[in-house]
Amino acid sequence: MRYLPLTESDRRDMLAAIGVPSVDSLFRDVPPAARRDQPVDLPSHAGEMAVERRLSAMAARNLTGGQAPFFLGAGIYRHHIPAAVDHLIQRGEFLTSYTPYQPEVAQGTLQYLFEFQTQVALITGMEVANASMWDGATACAEAALMAARVTKRRKVLLSGNLHPHWRSVTATQLRFTDIAVEALDPDPMGIEDLIGRVGSDLACVVVQNPGFFGRLADFRALSAACRDSGVLLVVGVAEPASLGLIEPPGAMGADIVIGEGQSFGVGMSFGGPGLGLFATREKYLRQMPGRLCGRTIDADGRPGYVLTLSTREQHIRREKATSNICTNSGLCALAFTIHMAMLGGAGFERLAKVNHANAVALAQRLAKVKGVRVISPTFFNEFAVTLPKPAAAVVEALAGRGILGGVPAQRFYPSYPELEPVLLVAATETNTAEDIDAFATALGEILR
Amino acid sequence: MSETFSGSRGLTLEQPLLFEQDSPGLTAVDLPEPAAFEDRLGGLARTTPPGLPGLSEPQVVRHYTRLSQKNFGIDSVFYPLGSCTMKHNPRLNERMARLPGFGDIHPFQPESTVQGALELIDTCAHWLKTLTGLPAIAMSPAAGAHGELCGLMAIRAALEDRGQPRKRVLVPESAHGTNPASAAACGYEVEAIPANARGRVDLGALKDRLDGEVAAFMLTNPNTCGLFEDEILDIAQAVHEAGAFFYCDGANFNAIVGRVRVADLGIDAMHINLHKTFSTPHGGGGPGAGPTVLSAELAPFAPLPMVVERNGRFHLIEHAAEAGDAKPFGRLKGYHGQFGVMVRALAYMMSMGSDGLRQASADAVLNANYLMARLKDVLTPSFEGPCMHEALFDDRFLKDTGVTTLDFAKALIDEGFHPMTMYFPLVVHGALLIEPTETESRQTLDQFIGSVRGLAAQAKAGAAESFKAAPRFTPRRRLDETTAARSPVLRWAAE
Repeated sequence: MRYLPLTESDRRDMLAAIGVPSVDSLFRDVPPAARRDQPVDLPSHAGEMAVERRLSAMAARNLTGGQAPFFLGAGIYRHHIPAAVDHLIQRGEFLTSYTPYQPEVAQGTLQYLFEFQTQVALITGMEVANASMWDGATACAEAALMAARVTKRRKVLLSGNLHPHWRSVTATQLRFTDIAVEALDPDPMGIEDLIGRVGSDLACVVVQNPGFFGRLADFRALSAACRDSGVLLVVGVAEPASLGLIEPPGAMGADIVIGEGQSFGVGMSFGGPGLGLFATREKYLRQMPGRLCGRTIDADGRPGYVLTLSTREQHIRREKATSNICTNSGLCALAFTIHMAMLGGAGFERLAKVNHANAVALAQRLAKVKGVRVISPTFFNEFAVTLPKPAAAVVEALAGRGILGGVPAQRFYPSYPELEPVLLVAATETNTAEDIDAFATALGEILR
Repeated sequence: MSETFSGSRGLTLEQPLLFEQDSPGLTAVDLPEPAAFEDRLGGLARTTPPGLPGLSEPQVVRHYTRLSQKNFGIDSVFYPLGSCTMKHNPRLNERMARLPGFGDIHPFQPESTVQGALELIDTCAHWLKTLTGLPAIAMSPAAGAHGELCGLMAIRAALEDRGQPRKRVLVPESAHGTNPASAAACGYEVEAIPANARGRVDLGALKDRLDGEVAAFMLTNPNTCGLFEDEILDIAQAVHEAGAFFYCDGANFNAIVGRVRVADLGIDAMHINLHKTFSTPHGGGGPGAGPTVLSAELAPFAPLPMVVERNGRFHLIEHAAEAGDAKPFGRLKGYHGQFGVMVRALAYMMSMGSDGLRQASADAVLNANYLMARLKDVLTPSFEGPCMHEALFDDRFLKDTGVTTLDFAKALIDEGFHPMTMYFPLVVHGALLIEPTETESRQTLDQFIGSVRGLAAQAKAGAAESFKAAPRFTPRRRLDETTAARSPVLRWAAE
């Protein structure tokens, strides 16, 4: 077995050094009734080629983004990942290291976390960011909990334009706490009244920009209303590529920004692992969840980095910690930060522009298909359309033609029949004019 | 301090922050400028650029290569962090996760286009259920702590279904911090259960605290002292007689996988850290995955989504209304869980097979006991008898030397080893918890033993000063954590 370095003679010698006759005697504390003398009923060990054959066969049963004109989004976006990103994150010193609790032998991890925190703060327009959460949805739940701690209030309001998974994860995570969750109806037309609901009973309002149905919003008036009532404004960013082109939440008065960082460096991978982004104002620092990396000096006075403010965390504070999170998304944060470093300011803006341009081209092209109506007046790289047929059936028909043509909104909201014709479609830098043409043509044929 | 003009010392290279290497306008990603178009931003265009630095590809590659060289990883050193299972991360796992059929698929593609992905989740689930003997599994938790929350929420939902949620969760003093934190996140009070003189749960104390308000007892087994809870069947019986559930923190599953099924121990729920037992990389802090196996009684309350197979087709259940008689407690994670981590774990499980996994746990336990046997005369083992996959020592051997556990660990860095886990578990003084894992050779163990024995002799010979100065041969020496916390600097800012 290729992962096991001990030889039979090693094992014999080691047992002799220990002074026991067999390995079984090392398991003597296991109640005999619970010991199993034979391997469980699963296949025996296999070489690389055999495993590769078996798993490649499974992989081959999936239609990949690279095989089809691809227009899915709804929180996970297909972006081009520069070759250097994947090469660098596979360096063993990054890949196979643990959480940097021993800073003298983890300055590499710590420095990139410090840079990651800085990049997240810069793109969101916030003061501080943490070293990552599990994904956007769990970051959202953590933001709601943090807002309740900061305000000492016991109710949170979730916009109908917030990603449905973020909503349900937040509701689930708060289900057994004393914090109430009010989730507004899904809001593809952008008509919900949030300002009218802001009051001193609320810990926070959670919104998303661009909204789940694509629309962009200006939260400055909402932010002012929140401030007047002592409510925190939490802004979710499901597509951080948008921040290269649109006003960041920090500039609109957000108190906490949460995000899904998957768009940069991480890849789709069927939706996981993702990368939770979490940024806030410095005054709320001690209520933040998750790890923080800070700058300090070493015994020789040279600058260096450590994990800091860990008295917020579970390994110190146990049941009084700000969160139970331990393992986070470190390697995904590395992928994100490398991709961001490669883009730089100019590339970040250019990438956003290309995404938007492609989405605008797609919207214009789809709007010409008979029966298709673009219902998002503003958008970044994703928008909603209504179709004259149920969107789920249309998506199936498109898949039958080798086109991955968007996400039916009703998949998230089966009990809202009005969403049956609504389809979410996204375009990124990976889409070509030919893709857009193939999509529109196929859609036209299916709707005919 | 620096002996060179550059500050670098040969292979130990200084590297400034990205932000200090900015050439405005540079980029390492070439994208075409789009043709003129009418934007749809509705006047919400960004007014101030974020201020990200500009670098070219060679600069970026050198930056991260240099940073990587400031890290210890399993690839380069022995990394015996107790409770963390730092075993070899096979590269086949990485190759499999990067197959376009796994890496380049979207969670909301039509089911018909992702049958292989759903089969992968189902197959991974089958292995984990078979290895633990429990009938159900929630695949979506993102990490161990998330799995704990998953198990506790299922327990709470089951208790509420019976009519009362109860109030308290009992947790041993030796538990990981995530246990009480997860119990609190699930709305429970936490009460600590002391350890007995043998490093196990004090069964009498546990029984005294088991009343009608206890929802669950959370136990790590083997426990964080590296010992198998030999009274576990009595513990399970007592917990169940009180109408409570028995949750197991599966962080140490590596010691028993393939040899003991947790179902046979009376456990109702357990998370499995795929990034420990099943060899997926820790990645400097994550991502991991914490699939959680559940008993038949808890199964109906498992969270969404779930994968089911009907007539040879795989389906994703994403809403309670599609779940039949089940009563899922909600959704814990966006999308369908840590899919990429599952691919890696399944590649590992298939590579090892049922026979290899059984050999792995045997070798993990053998390696730990070998270290224990070769070190027990110079260090001070905390408890009698064989250990499981990790060996626990306390700091009595350092008494009156002026050397602390921390100093000792830092000296090991200079020897070219990552330190063991220190000051955890909390039930012994100055803990040193050593988990070698099964992927270390005897030669490596002997080298480590040689260094530890040498350092222990040095400490006893009065070399405290040299320990205080360790580590010496690292890119940075001991860092001032007090200053870091007192005046936090958490990001770069332009001067």
